[in-house]
Amino acid sequence: MTRITLRDGDWPDPPASPEAAPFVEAAREGRFLLRRCTACGKAHWYPRALCPFCLGETAWEEASGNGTIYSFTVLTREDPVRTVAYVTLAEGPTMLTSLVECDAQALAIGQPVRLVFARSRNGTPVPCFRPADPSASPRS
Amino acid sequence: MTINGRAYIAGAYEHPTRKAPDKTVAQLHAESAAGALADAGLTKDDVDGYFCAGDAPGLGPLAMADYMNLRLRHLDSTDIGGASYIAHVAHAAEAIAMGKCSVALITLAGRPRSAGHSGTAARPVIADAPDSAWETPFGPTTVNLYALCARRHMHEFGTTSEQLAWIKVAASHHAQHNPNAMLRDVVSVADVVASPIVADPLHRLDCCVVSDGGGALVVVRPEIARSLKRPLVRVMGAGEAHKGQLGGEVDLTYSAARHSGPAAFAEAGVTPADIKYASIYDSFTITVLMQLEDLGFCEKGQGGRFVADGNLIAGSGRLPFNTDGGGLCNNHPANRGGITKVIEAVRQLRGEAHPALQVRNCDLAVATGIGGLLGSRHGAATLVLGRE
Repeated sequence: MTRITLRDGDWPDPPASPEAAPFVEAAREGRFLLRRCTACGKAHWYPRALCPFCLGETAWEEASGNGTIYSFTVLTREDPVRTVAYVTLAEGPTMLTSLVECDAQALAIGQPVRLVFARSRNGTPVPCFRPADPSASPRS
Repeated sequence: MTINGRAYIAGAYEHPTRKAPDKTVAQLHAESAAGALADAGLTKDDVDGYFCAGDAPGLGPLAMADYMNLRLRHLDSTDIGGASYIAHVAHAAEAIAMGKCSVALITLAGRPRSAGHSGTAARPVIADAPDSAWETPFGPTTVNLYALCARRHMHEFGTTSEQLAWIKVAASHHAQHNPNAMLRDVVSVADVVASPIVADPLHRLDCCVVSDGGGALVVVRPEIARSLKRPLVRVMGAGEAHKGQLGGEVDLTYSAARHSGPAAFAEAGVTPADIKYASIYDSFTITVLMQLEDLGFCEKGQGGRFVADGNLIAGSGRLPFNTDGGGLCNNHPANRGGITKVIEAVRQLRGEAHPALQVRNCDLAVATGIGGLLGSRHGAATLVLGRE
């Protein structure tokens, strides 16, 4: 079994961006935001000021934090071992992220996952996901 | 309007070095340029158009144009990663067709091997790239983004690691004949799947080499091509495209070659079934598999079956590919494989490939490439070339 940890406080820092600042602020309070177009109504990822489907204006909304694994890779050469993944959110968009607090061998495409915020080295919240089914995420 | 027949590749040169710790990147560009011009039978002063991409040191094309002391009336530094140089041939043909230049020089060079830069290291963070605020923590490492595509392809279509391994096996069969190739040992499917996992499901032998080196091409007006002593390699068709995350509508099962390939075939007036030889960008085995499907050599999802059992090996397989050994075994200078794809296609069309691997009556070839990161943001360029 290869245990993947949360790596809290150990993620590379994302560069600060005015377009990301409200997301980061909400995430510090544990809320997970995404952006939806006020013109065409579609949600997208990564969040942008202008809609990638129609260049209309967009607005923040709180997302469920529920998703499923679209694809993943386990980076066994790294220490600690980590993953990179695409997760499809319940709201529709698929986002690049990492799967944490899980057993690498138990991961599968289609598996339900739930948002968890880890922190980068400077404390910026990093949106990661862990298996929604607790049995797939045994406590070490 | 078409570029078909409006320009010819008159010069092609692959720098023989694979490790150049004591040379500068500019020097490797210029040595490659000199090689391609000599191959064409032209001189530096004949060049009036210059094309390069992000591997060229300095601002766009300006530093290299100055280093070589060129006198230009057309400059283009389009950068779509490793596919750039395939697009440059098309851009050169467009410029020539419009009378903007007559002799276009394209160069690539780099020394990632000496500098310790590989696809397993995190790419430098470009702070103002709009995705950086969202993706930097996860490490935008090249191989990881290709592994995500391989995993999804396996999930959707039942593709196996053994099928992907056949791509490396075929490349190794070709590289054994190339004295300059970095990896000349023939490997088996078992060797590939037994090699260490780098980013699962990709193994070490699913990845291309990291090499120093360079390459250059000379694209000219038809009248100039006919005045030279080299076989006529005609630019027949080209396509370019890009693909990103589509606003979150991510679909890793296809590449931008789905658009660049058909555009190139249509302009050339040919179909994949007509192609005698294919140079397919091989940063990783999955890169080849996706492009074969997207160009229409087989149906989407059938790439694993298509490449299995040596089908890409020259002499025995249905579609001989990368007879120089490709990026997987021969050379991937500057971590950008596009120019070597065009160079080997030119060798095949001229009848100058290694005799053991020369495709008989090779009069139609394709060179296609993927630059950037297949799993997030990439460019594609496809070129159809013919011998007259």
